[in-house]
Amino acid sequence: MKRIALLGMPNTGKSTFFNRLTGAGARIGNWPGITVDLLSAKILLGDAMVEVVDLPGIYNLHGFSEDELVVRRFLESQPVNLLVVVLNATQLDRQLALPLQLKTLGLPMVLLLNMADEANKLGVRVDAERLAQALGAPVCTLSAKFGSGFEPARQVLVEQLHRHPKLQLADKAAFGQDDSIEQELTALVSQSVSAPVQLPASVTDRIDHFMLHPWFGLPLFFALMFLAFQVIYSLGTPLQDGLDWLLGSFKDAWLLPAAQGLPPDVRSFLIEGLYDGLGTVLTFLPIIIVFFLVMAVVEDSGYLSRAAFLMDALMHRLGLDGRAFVMQLMGFGCNVPAILGTRVMRASGLRRLSMLTIPFSLCSARLQVFLFFISAIFAPSIAPLVLFSLYLMSFGLALLTALIWRRRYTSREPLLLELPPYRLPTPRFLLLEAWRHARQFLRAAGGFIVIGVVLVWFLTHYPFDAAPASAETLAGRLAALAAPVLAPIGLDSLLSIALIFGFVAKEIVIGALAVIYGLGGNELANLLAAKLDWVQAYSFMLFTLIYTPCLATLSTIRQESKSWGFTLLSTAWPLSLAWLVSFLFYQGARSLGF
Amino acid sequence: MTSLDQLKPHMRGIITDLHVGQELGRRMAGLGLRPGNTIEVIRLAPLKGPMQVRIGHTDLMLRRNEAAQIGIRLAP
Ligand SMILES: Nc1nc2c(ncn2[C@@H]2O[C@H](COP(=O)(O)OP(=O)(O)O)[C@@H](O)[C@H]2O)c(=O)[nH]1
Repeated sequence: MKRIALLGMPNTGKSTFFNRLTGAGARIGNWPGITVDLLSAKILLGDAMVEVVDLPGIYNLHGFSEDELVVRRFLESQPVNLLVVVLNATQLDRQLALPLQLKTLGLPMVLLLNMADEANKLGVRVDAERLAQALGAPVCTLSAKFGSGFEPARQVLVEQLHRHPKLQLADKAAFGQDDSIEQELTALVSQSVSAPVQLPASVTDRIDHFMLHPWFGLPLFFALMFLAFQVIYSLGTPLQDGLDWLLGSFKDAWLLPAAQGLPPDVRSFLIEGLYDGLGTVLTFLPIIIVFFLVMAVVEDSGYLSRAAFLMDALMHRLGLDGRAFVMQLMGFGCNVPAILGTRVMRASGLRRLSMLTIPFSLCSARLQVFLFFISAIFAPSIAPLVLFSLYLMSFGLALLTALIWRRRYTSREPLLLELPPYRLPTPRFLLLEAWRHARQFLRAAGGFIVIGVVLVWFLTHYPFDAAPASAETLAGRLAALAAPVLAPIGLDSLLSIALIFGFVAKEIVIGALAVIYGLGGNELANLLAAKLDWVQAYSFMLFTLIYTPCLATLSTIRQESKSWGFTLLSTAWPLSLAWLVSFLFYQGARSLGF
Repeated sequence: MTSLDQLKPHMRGIITDLHVGQELGRRMAGLGLRPGNTIEVIRLAPLKGPMQVRIGHTDLMLRRNEAAQIGIRLAP
């Protein structure tokens, strides 16, 4: 098996190129001696099977950040046929430093000058031949995003693999030396790159004039967020209703008649357990896709680093920084990648404080619960506002947490962040993102959500002679145990069962409710509306928002912090806070007469 | 001679030296903050927040106390 290692500075389009080269078949792999997981894929290049490994983005081969250590350890221990170095063609003045350093490793190398489209627009011209000569490596110009120049670049990789058929280890001596390459860099840039001295005022500058405005920047930010939720809500809910109607019609027209002859317990398991439980979860598929599409647009546009710029002054005072705020935003999708994203922080205090605040981000799994409750209980006209209030709550609690814990986790880490130009994602990219998240969701629905739903059915139906979900069932007894704690915040016994399962994954909550009440979709919503008033419902949502990170998030926190004590704190702190907030809200609202 | 944090928006200068540790210095160099390069201040975030600077085609944000470690000769 041949091997290609993909390298480059952060934000050069390395992942974009990797995805285009390898398609969707990438796997997260373990490498001996390397603690973080690397993305790799096996593909056919020419006539050879090749393993392509995507190494983390680095600024310097000799640096000491976690990513730089990973890259160095990989190159020290793993032989490769080819190093492929991705560079942003508009920023060669600084990025050529990396291939200059890599040259000393003595490995065959190919240079990819990416973002050719932007370089053209800016009038940056590169003498590729000069560059190839100076670095002793073929140079290709391409746009990984739009695909121009991609095929020729691929061809060059095939040729180079033919020319270097043997796996080769890097020259060890090169890692020790850290020669000053500044003069070499300056000479190389002036020989091979020409850029207009006076830059025309770019579109990005004009947009930033408003987006980063000292007074309007932050209000604009919140307005944009609100707009995004409006879009998600108004596109997603009709789709959800449609899917719900389809599933309901299928049940009435086919499933119920077909299940006529089965014994009642089996029928109840199949229909009220599996079908209603899973079906209710499945109706969220469209809204989850819309949600991640909006996230993908925001993420790919480059606006996130602007958010970091706007919020850093505030976050700094809370012991965090602008990046922690961005992770908070990423956490709206899913907390797990946001926790992983804190790897860019080097100071451990800063990192832990961020990890403590991220689980308050209202992730897409919690969004499902809220959408269901809000549309069941609140009028459509105020529904988006109720949802927005929960997002504000999520921010507020994260800030409060930082404020309380910042003395325990202090740090002084400098912040250096690139502000890339604004970019629009391609439809191709959006389709891939939608597909990726749909697949993840369906896999979860096919895996642990099925298990959760089956378990809930069992708990609410065993012993089989008791009435389902009554006090005699296992679930009923469990709820009786929790009642002294959960009754003061307005939660009845059946809601508390759903919460217990939500600890595993919040995706299960709605499915669990469907099974508990033996109803799916609309019928469940109507029942909830009849049983709960808005104070109870809001208290339930507050508790669900805050109470504990899901199991996947907790295990990520454990893995990243390497500390059980911290993992315990990450469970106990939100749980106490959740109870306190719900208690204050519920009792407060009741005493005000609501 | 002055330092980067003293510059106002739209002012340009040439980096003369970095008074930072080796590790941060390497990272800065990777982003284009190295002696001899011309740097322009684009804008300052309110409430003593970070500053946005431009070196070549790279826009960066950094905090003012790090900017204070970067020596600048004002460009004519
Ligand atoms: N204009 C343009 N943008 C690109 C190109 N390749 C990648 N991008 C964008 O650059 C940003 C960073 O790309 P990504 O692949 O995540 O970079 P990585 O950090 O190096 O993995 C994303 O917004 C991409 O959409 C390209 O060839 N042209």
